[in-house]
Amino acid sequence: MAIVAQSTRRGRISRATFAWIVGLLFFFPIFWMVLTSFKTDADAVKPEHLFFFTPTLENYLNMTENYDYWRFAQNSIITAVFATIFALAVGIPCAYAMAFNPARGTKDILMWMLSTKMLPAAAVLYPMTFLTKSLGLFDTKFLIIVVLMLINLPIVIWMLFTYFKEIPKEIIEAGQMDGVNTWGEVREILIPLAWGGIVSTALLCFIFCWNEAYWTVRLTTTDAATLSKLIEGNRAPEGLFFGRLSAVSTAAVGPIVVLGWFCQKQLVQGLTFGAVK
Amino acid sequence: MGSIVLEQVTKSFGETQVIPPLDLTIEDGEFAVFVGPSGCGKSTLLRLIAGLEDTTSGRVLIDGADMTEVSPSKRGLSMVFQTYALYPHMTVRKNIAFPMRMAGMSEAEQEKRIMAAAESLNLTDYLDRKPGQLSGGQRQRVAIGRAIVRDPSAFLFDEPLSNLDAALRVGMRIEITEMHARMKTTMIYVTHDQVEAMTMADKIVVLQAGVIEQVGSPLDLYHTPRNLFVAGFIGSPKMNFIEGPEADQRGATTVGIRPEHIDVVEGPGEGIWSGTVGVAEHLGSDTFFHIHETGLAETMTVRAVGNVALRHGDAIHLRPREAEMHRFDAEGLRMS
Repeated sequence: MAIVAQSTRRGRISRATFAWIVGLLFFFPIFWMVLTSFKTDADAVKPEHLFFFTPTLENYLNMTENYDYWRFAQNSIITAVFATIFALAVGIPCAYAMAFNPARGTKDILMWMLSTKMLPAAAVLYPMTFLTKSLGLFDTKFLIIVVLMLINLPIVIWMLFTYFKEIPKEIIEAGQMDGVNTWGEVREILIPLAWGGIVSTALLCFIFCWNEAYWTVRLTTTDAATLSKLIEGNRAPEGLFFGRLSAVSTAAVGPIVVLGWFCQKQLVQGLTFGAVK
Repeated sequence: MGSIVLEQVTKSFGETQVIPPLDLTIEDGEFAVFVGPSGCGKSTLLRLIAGLEDTTSGRVLIDGADMTEVSPSKRGLSMVFQTYALYPHMTVRKNIAFPMRMAGMSEAEQEKRIMAAAESLNLTDYLDRKPGQLSGGQRQRVAIGRAIVRDPSAFLFDEPLSNLDAALRVGMRIEITEMHARMKTTMIYVTHDQVEAMTMADKIVVLQAGVIEQVGSPLDLYHTPRNLFVAGFIGSPKMNFIEGPEADQRGATTVGIRPEHIDVVEGPGEGIWSGTVGVAEHLGSDTFFHIHETGLAETMTVRAVGNVALRHGDAIHLRPREAEMHRFDAEGLRMS
């Protein structure tokens, strides 16, 4: 007994150590970024000032004064919120139909949706740019909302589909027998029963929208530019403005990290749902 | 009012036809039971009436109105599911109120009906609980409560008791039968349990592979089964079937005799069958014998009233009651 207890204890310690190492490995770049954001651009590139330096708020003041951080942040919030709302508005009915009234091609449609995520974005860069410019949609929030919604729709539908599949079909049928129409089924039965899953899906979608950088950088210039664009704009190949870049990046990821921190439980539950029934 | 008529109804899933053209009439106020082995299409038939499945062809008439294309929510029927299908996020009160709320009934009327249903189903103390906090029997009562409050033109029950334990099942069976006697609303009840069918039904519909084998009152089916399938399915223990000389002698291909229509007698003699007791089940009120080596069928089952002191390996002598003998032809159909 003692040997077993000892070995499981040792196993637990080594597993915990391993988890900490991996965790720190992931955390270090973020920590470094936050640290650098409080350094002057000169200090930022000097190895001797890696941990010991005189902290300054100069980068942050500079950012709000010269780059209009709030406008970018506002665009990020607006596009991410509306893209998430629209993705759910399309995704919920879609996943509902596929979960409760599957047809012969339902599985194929699901796979096809997922396959769109496998297309390299760069492959459609030219047609997208050309199309949006000729439609007069280039650099509009509307376009960014539509694009963010579309690129996240497959994952939103997949997640919702998985949650909805967990709801017994009889409950939906009981609703039909009790005299509810389709909208009533969704509002009275489906949404309340899948609420946890819907919230997790919305959170994840919001985070993906917020972090999206490929299209938001390429399809905007000023009016619809998001925080990703702000970071991109502060990138200098010579690496001279590391302090400034770090401050911008910290300010861009800050809100989402805080949101993620508060919704940890929902997110973990959402991502592992179905895997461990 | 709630007569239900099926006219030439068929149902196919892809290429497979599970219900060949079928006609059936259920009168207003009748308690009809669909019974048959699993996979015989009885649940599918119920779901066709409910509208939860679309018919492939044919018509479903409820109270004379063609409801074939009408959605389940507008057919005015209530259904009780095998899995109860309660709304887990709502309290018992809200579950029962749900169909009335959907129908736009006034709050006062809703409350009145909830209290009446709760009282008749012994749920008054549980109204503020969620389904997860109730036992199986209580959940089924809630499901029944939810079905009765909206005054449907007919109730549909899909194997409602099969998730309950034996004792509870008998209790609920009696409650549902009493409920029918009180309300006199049409009920269609699906089960694979022929005892439920025999005890509850006004009319039994025996199904096999989507085909109606016989429709009739429980005693009709017991006394005059139309074919071998119905004869074997209705009655417990099962009817004994005998082929060969005993059948030929009576001008049939197969003769059937129920275990309760064979008497245990003393000694061999003219017209008396003899065999060896395989298993003797002594219940006190009755004794069931499973008998081998009769030369008639592999195993014969006999039900003797009271206690008959014969055990495994003993010789047993039997006299069938000729008047209770059922004769079937080569197609398995009853000969008059």
